[in-house]
Amino acid sequence: MPLLEVKDVTIRFGGLTAVSEFTLSMDTHELVGLIGPNGAGKTTIFNMLTGVYRPNEGEMFVDGQSIVDNKPYEITALGVARTFQNIRLFKELTVLDNVKIGGHMHYKYSSASAVLHTNRFHKAEDIAEVDAVELLRIFNLDSRAQQYARNLPYGDQRRLEIARALAVRPKLLLLDEPAAGLNTGETSELMEKIHEIRDRFGLAILVIEHNMELVMGICERIFVLNFGKTIAQGTPDDVRANPVVIEAYLGEPAEV
Amino acid sequence: MAGGQRVAGSGWENRDAPPPATRHPPSARLPWWLRDLIYAAVFIAILIGASYGLDRIPIGGIAYYRRIIVLMGINIILAVSLNIINGHAGQFSLGHAGFMAIGAYFAAFLTVFYFAPYVNKFPEGTEQWLLQNGLLLVAVLLGGALAALAGYIVGLPSLRLRGDYLAIVTLGFGEIIRVFILNINKIGAARGLSGIPNWADFFWVYLFCGITILISWRLVRSSVGRAFLAIREDQIAAEAMGVDTTKYKVKAFIIGSFLAGVAGGLFAHYMMYLNPEMFRFLKSFEVVVMVVLGGLGSISGSVVAAIILTFLPEGLREVKDFLHTNKDPRMVIYSILLIVLMLTRPQGLLGRRELWQVLARRKDTIPTDERDQGDATDRP
Amino acid sequence: MQTFLQYLLNGIAVGAKLINFAHGDVFMLGSFVGFYAGGWAARHMNNQAGTLMSWVVAAAIMLLSMIACGLFGYLNERIAYRPLRNAPRIASLITAIGVSFFLEYGGQFVFGPDPKFFPTLIEKHLIQFGTITTTNYQIIVLVVAVIFMALLQYIVYGTRFGRAMRAVSFNFETASLMGIPTDRIISITFMIGSALAAVAGILFAVSYPKIDPLMGIMPGLKAFVAAVLGGIGNVPGAVVGGLIIGIIESFVGGSRFSNFTPAIAFIILIGILLFRPSGLFGKYEPEKV
Repeated sequence: MPLLEVKDVTIRFGGLTAVSEFTLSMDTHELVGLIGPNGAGKTTIFNMLTGVYRPNEGEMFVDGQSIVDNKPYEITALGVARTFQNIRLFKELTVLDNVKIGGHMHYKYSSASAVLHTNRFHKAEDIAEVDAVELLRIFNLDSRAQQYARNLPYGDQRRLEIARALAVRPKLLLLDEPAAGLNTGETSELMEKIHEIRDRFGLAILVIEHNMELVMGICERIFVLNFGKTIAQGTPDDVRANPVVIEAYLGEPAEV
Repeated sequence: MAGGQRVAGSGWENRDAPPPATRHPPSARLPWWLRDLIYAAVFIAILIGASYGLDRIPIGGIAYYRRIIVLMGINIILAVSLNIINGHAGQFSLGHAGFMAIGAYFAAFLTVFYFAPYVNKFPEGTEQWLLQNGLLLVAVLLGGALAALAGYIVGLPSLRLRGDYLAIVTLGFGEIIRVFILNINKIGAARGLSGIPNWADFFWVYLFCGITILISWRLVRSSVGRAFLAIREDQIAAEAMGVDTTKYKVKAFIIGSFLAGVAGGLFAHYMMYLNPEMFRFLKSFEVVVMVVLGGLGSISGSVVAAIILTFLPEGLREVKDFLHTNKDPRMVIYSILLIVLMLTRPQGLLGRRELWQVLARRKDTIPTDERDQGDATDRP
Repeated sequence: MQTFLQYLLNGIAVGAKLINFAHGDVFMLGSFVGFYAGGWAARHMNNQAGTLMSWVVAAAIMLLSMIACGLFGYLNERIAYRPLRNAPRIASLITAIGVSFFLEYGGQFVFGPDPKFFPTLIEKHLIQFGTITTTNYQIIVLVVAVIFMALLQYIVYGTRFGRAMRAVSFNFETASLMGIPTDRIISITFMIGSALAAVAGILFAVSYPKIDPLMGIMPGLKAFVAAVLGGIGNVPGAVVGGLIIGIIESFVGGSRFSNFTPAIAFIILIGILLFRPSGLFGKYEPEKV
């Protein structure tokens, strides 16, 4: 049974079909890329996978369980975590608290426990602390743990989003343009990190990215979308050589 | 629960390491309950001392100030509890007077019709004293519980409504409560409910003040409070992190309205008289103003603002005397001060920080880089 | 008739597109300006009621009241709103409450808290339309209200200024990037809103001749309820919202549940918002992710 299975998913906004008959199957430990020009429907697919939008047609399964009718937090509980294209950190909270909220589902206790500071509370909070600091360390953010997320430099905010998503302890991680706005050095560092976390936490990662260097460099399989339709899929080499893809990106080839 | 279990060697290898220094580990010497009990005992001893002292200080007009101090305590409970809903969970509620009214009327109803007649059957003495205070506690808590139920019902629409829509619905809810009370003859309708025994005093009000602050303080430093804050900051991101926003919004409403109901019950047993007019939406405004003025999300800010805004009208009495006028300019000055304060500090007196953080900054005890953050926080 | 005046106020509340708790109090201010101006005029007019002169005077009083309130609206925006435009929304809400308190308590301080009777400038008489009996007052109020509502509709949807106003309300920043003088537009919007509140205040005072400093609270609140009911920012929606509230209120008022009338507007509001979270005609726009 695949970890993630998406079958013929279609979503329409008014008259516009944003995504049509999208099909994807992912196994554990896979690294898959999702590329395509702006407005091709990539983020919309993420939004359907995480329950923000409900598809008009089609089915989606995580571990064999249908998620079409699930609310976002229920899907997260099944082990799907995401980052956002337009960074959505909890800006007025500290870096550490951002990551702790990512682990929300795993550090639960009653309000009464919280008020009375029971052993259960202390135990859960200690684990939350250890986990959060550990994740921050991976992204070299541990020294900034007590700063407000808003005050982080842009690149650190992107990294913090990934750390926060990892705190969910996902099986499937959805990265929405993680390299947007990063320079070349930061991008190659990010590529290493993506590999590192995939191996360390045994994740399947689905990544949307415009940076071809990153996508071609780390993804094992790539899906190309244009106007909501999957126009090509395969290994980086296949996709690179596919004339349909080149056309979508560069326009029709000039006749020679 | 899928995805939740950690497998040995699956990447969390520092799993058993001691917690890092950022969080203070629980004291190894004292178990949590013993330490809290000691704090509670000290707090209660201080309250008894203060209460005893306030009753006996031989200063002219002390009764007047005692009354203001008690009402201040009730305002603190209201402001701190509303801060949980408005400041922490970010759900803009204008219905706090409604929750307070429910708690006040229900507690008073229980006392007037059931508890007081029962207590009066006993001869004066320790037994009656114990019974009276025990039943006060029961009445106040039940008042809070009914208010919490109302908070649950009001919290439900808040799941779908945002901003202005929620504000007007909560305001409307408060008015609906008032109109219903106006039409229930048993509890006095427009005449008001009188004959409530004077059971609540300085001690009870400030005991619940302490409890309210403790609840709010510890909640916001727990996973529950973090969920509230996450919802305030970014609801979509919070959901994506596995926070059941529905559940936590309703939770914030339940906790906040419970405490408002408690404040109402204490108010009833202190004032000895209730009237629906006391719980107009002006009262809700008053509490919202306290919370915003103190700084949304700042617990000590709510406390400070509640203190200032309780004393302000009293202090302005002097102005009235000075002007030798029959007309009352206090509220005019109050409203001007309110506008000026909001214009000069739109983020509230303390912003999102607590009082000591603000004071510490002034004394330059915080390292430079953190001070910069502090300044950044001030920016709206 | 009441409902009709309510429309006028509703339309104005909608134009502002943000909770303005002080709006009902500007309405009060308008009727008090009218009261004092009218009182002065009545003393100097030596019983010319009914002549052409009295009509001119009445119109002048309304104009004066509109100017006074418009000026107040300008100052209000300049002093209490503009400095807070980039502050959290809740801050401007609190200042609005402050302004509202200022007008209510200032009104009590300056005008005195007791109700006052609005002077009669034009003689009141009955008019018979077949079986319907009405007064010339009601007709005047109706005509004036319709004129101003049409005018508002025209300004908002038919003029360059109205287009700028809608643009600013839709997206302040983009509007300013498009070269719209946003500050001036917002100032003028406040002035128009306040001047129209003055019209509503005078019409109210004329048809229900008792006025007091707290008279604006409920109409102001109800105007906002109607606006939310119709969907914030939707003028016809607010009119329909006001109509629904007005009809059900008068229906309940006549039944044995009349004691609950003050709560009706809110009960309807909550009932409708539960099913349509953005009001009757508001579009529900899920946040963009």
